[in-house]
This record gives sequence, C-alpha cells and structure tokens, in this order.
Amino acid sequence: MTSTRLAAWAFAGPALAIIAGFFLLPAVAALALSFTDFDLYALASLRNLRFVALGNYAALLRDPLFWQALGHTVYFVAVGVPLSIGLSLAAALLLASPLARAQAFFRTALFAPVVTTLVAVAVVWRYLFHTRYGLVNAALGHVGIHSIDWLGDPHWAMPTIILLAVWKNFGYNMVILLAALQAIPAELYESARMDGATAWQRLRHVTLPSLGPVLSLVSILTVAGYFQLFAEPYVMTEGGPLRSTVSVLYYMYDQGFKWWSFGMASAVAFLLFGVVLLATEAIVRFARARGAA
Amino acid sequence: MKPAGPALLVNAALAGLALVSIFPLLWMLSVSFMPAGAASTLPPPLFPAAPTLDNYRDLFARMGMGRYLANSLLVAGAVAAGSTLLNVMAGYAFAKLEFTGRERLFRLLVAALVIPSQVAIMPLFLELKVLGLVNSYGGVIVPALAGIFGIFLVRQSARAIPDELLESARIDGATELAIFRRVIVPLLKPVIVTLAVFSFLASWNDFMWPLIVLTDEAHHTLPVALASLSREHVQDNELMMAGSVVTVLPVLVLFLALQRYYIAGLLAGSVKG
Repeated sequence: MTSTRLAAWAFAGPALAIIAGFFLLPAVAALALSFTDFDLYALASLRNLRFVALGNYAALLRDPLFWQALGHTVYFVAVGVPLSIGLSLAAALLLASPLARAQAFFRTALFAPVVTTLVAVAVVWRYLFHTRYGLVNAALGHVGIHSIDWLGDPHWAMPTIILLAVWKNFGYNMVILLAALQAIPAELYESARMDGATAWQRLRHVTLPSLGPVLSLVSILTVAGYFQLFAEPYVMTEGGPLRSTVSVLYYMYDQGFKWWSFGMASAVAFLLFGVVLLATEAIVRFARARGAA
Repeated sequence: MKPAGPALLVNAALAGLALVSIFPLLWMLSVSFMPAGAASTLPPPLFPAAPTLDNYRDLFARMGMGRYLANSLLVAGAVAAGSTLLNVMAGYAFAKLEFTGRERLFRLLVAALVIPSQVAIMPLFLELKVLGLVNSYGGVIVPALAGIFGIFLVRQSARAIPDELLESARIDGATELAIFRRVIVPLLKPVIVTLAVFSFLASWNDFMWPLIVLTDEAHHTLPVALASLSREHVQDNELMMAGSVVTVLPVLVLFLALQRYYIAGLLAGSVKG
C-alpha cells in the first residue's frame, strides 16, 4: 500500500514540481510584484524596491496609453471573435452537409492555417497586404478599387490584423463545431422535416440550439485567446501606425522588457486577466439567459 | 437524381474557403523561388519566371538560418520529449495511483487553468535569471516541461484502463516502474502521440516567451529570428518568404503526417474541458 503511495508521488512529483515552480509560484509572485515599484534599479539591488500598494494600478488607470491599448484590444476581440466563430460555424455547416464531397480533404485544407507559425504567416500577410506590391491591392485594382494603405493607415491596420487572425484561427473552432454537429441525433432533423420545417427553420430551431453549449465554450476559449494579441502587431506593424495596433500585451511587453518596469508590467497582466474574467462571466450569463449552458 | 444546384453551391463554397486558406501558403512557397526583386513588380507575379534556390542559399549561408533551425529543433524536440514523459507519468498517477489529497490537488490544477500564462512572465524571468537560465535553451525548455492541460488529457485516457490489469501485474510481482513501462505506456500510445505532437507544435510556434528569454541571437529559435530578420529586410520579400517557408514547413508536414492524433487531442480537450 505504502509502496503505491510512494510510486504515486514519484510519478506525479516531477510534473507537479515544474508546474508549481515555474507557473503557480511566479503567478502568485506576480501579484506581489504588482504592488511594488520593481524596476531597473531594483534589478540591480533589491534594496531599491519599494511597496507602492495599488500605486501601479492607479497609475495605469490614469495612463491614456494604457486605455488606448485596451481599446485596441477590445476592438480586436469584439470584431475578431464574432467573425472568427461565424466563419468556423459556416465552414462546419458546409463540411457537415451530406452534399459535401471530399470532406477529409477540405477539412485538412481549412485547418492547415491553424498549425502554421504565427510569426511566419504574419510576415506573409505583411507582403500580401503591401500597398504597392501586395496581391490584395492588385486584385482590388482589377475590380476598380483604389489601392488601400493597409498597414500604413491607422484605420486599416487593425482590420488587416483581424483578417489574419480570422484566417489563421477559424479552422480550430470549425473542427470542434463539426464534431458537435455530427453528434446531433438525426431523429431531431427527421421529425422537424416531418413537421414541414424548411432548411432555415431546421438550422434555427434544431441545429443552433443543439450547438448552444459548445458555442459558449468555444466563445469563452476564443475570447480568452484573442485578448492575448501580441505577435501579429509585433511583426506586422510594430504597434503602429500612430500606435493604432498597440495591444495590452504589447504595452505590457514594452513596460517589462523595454523599460524594465516589472511592477507596472505585472499590474498590466493582472488588469488584463480581470478583463478576460469579466468577458468570460458575461458570456456565461448570456448563455444561461438563452438557456444554453 | 437530386437537383444539382444545392450540391454545387455547397462544394463551390468549400472550394472557395479552401482556396482562401491555402493560397497565402502556396504563394509564399512560389515567391520563395523568385530571384531578388522579382516579386516587387506590378502586378505581382503568381509564379517564378525562372525558379531559383538563391534565397534559401542566402538564408543558410549568410544569415545563420541553419543555426536557428537547429535551435528550434532542439528546443521543440526537448520540450516534446520531456513534457510528454512528465505529463504521462503525472496523468497516470492522478488516474490510477491512490495518494492523499489526490482529488483536491487535481481540482486545484484544473482551477489554475484559467490563469493566463503571461501573468507569470515577470517573476518567471527573475527566477530564471537567478537560476542562470536566461539566454539559454534551458530558459525556454524547463518551464515547458510539464503542463496542466497535458496531465488532464492523459488522466482522461488512463481512467479507462481497468484496475484488474494493474492488480494482476502487482500480484505477479511487477514493480510500479515495470507496470508503467510494460502495461500503461503501450495502452496510452494514442494519447502519448497526441501530446508529443501538441507540445512540439506549441513549442515550435511559440514567440513571446522565447523572444523575452533568448536575448542572444545565437540562441534564437526560428520565429524569433524570422521576426528580427523581417524588420531588417523589409524590402526583401522573396528572402522573407523563403524564411517563412523554412519556419512553417516542418510543422505543416508533421501535422499532415499525424493529423489524426492532433484532431483527437483537440476534441478531447474541448469536449471535456
């Protein structure tokens, strides 16, 4: 009996030690760090470290640049997530259709962008949307649309980043939704058809309600993921033009590793965590109100 | 015969979506074979008029791409091997070996899944600095050697293993290690492959943490190197497309080869999560 117990700790111990030492401990320490003015001087000697209580949080909430970054991130989430899940759902419905041919091939093709390296496809995207030599403007030129300065115009830079994110990510939720679609019992459709429901009515009254729980799960995961926006603006715009694509994580990265204000950067991380929790809570409540959770 | 209209519509829509998904990757491949400057013409060419390997030669001979590729292989390989082993061991323990506080500990781990990883970044950096792991491969590898999600996946699969199998092995006098190696690992093979593919891809594609902790160019992984090259070579589109191909191709091939396992893991994680 004791030997199994010993074995249990020997098996679970190494992984638990890594998780405790390199994730849980730093996460807890980050909360403490966010109440200090840890900076370059503290990095040199801990005697320069001072406790500032909620000072970092207060400073952030007064910093227009932080609010700007939060605004850009919320814009990215609010537009990107519905587009992303909408496209995932449309693609899943198409793939699940009995009329669809070569399903396996299409599924793989639509999923491929998910496994690509974000930095690499961001580099490709920057070229595709190049004002002069990009294929996108060339194609638009063919139908008589004047070329757009995609990444150089503060109004277009974030939409271009959203397009990249939607293109890269929709396949992930598509696979999850496809599995959920295939799990809906055929009898439900059969009886709806007998009641004379049109294809549209079957979609609204059979398919979407059955997908409810999966849709809210997928929304929560996608919202949490999209709030982590960083690599796209880092590679495509360096936060520009006119800071129009600086996200919260980008702001945190600058605070931490450009200015070495670790206390401030940790406070940014916790504020973002709070925002994500609020957004998650909102989705859960919305789903519950619709009877889907 | 059914009417052909709807079927045509569905398949045309799928073909359109597939084209949008694949086209940027194909174009990246095509441009990577164009001589310098050829892609900066109007209208942009779809295919190289005279295909060349110059860009790849440049990348590997002059820009140290071989080094970055080796770094990426080393880091992702070590993370995949190490984290798969540790997660399988822990997931098995949580599913099949009794110990005090097991369920409470597991619930704590699952609750911790909501904490986004970047919350821990600043203290983690300081911790690794103290340990002397900043600007070393270890700085990227060690923190990634175990993960809650991986443990969770393994536990799901391991719970399906009947207890009698373990009991009879114990009665036969097998040690716990022998049981793990001869009974558990073969039975968990699908989830082991899934975990290995997942962690390899995640580590290969990871950007923010390697960017922070690998300060010296000699340690850069492909995404970090590509990001910095693309800032220096803004105009060299052909070269950058070749760099992107080198970065993307290994993971794309790995995914295509082991697609079944990857999708299985993705579904197991989302349905139960």
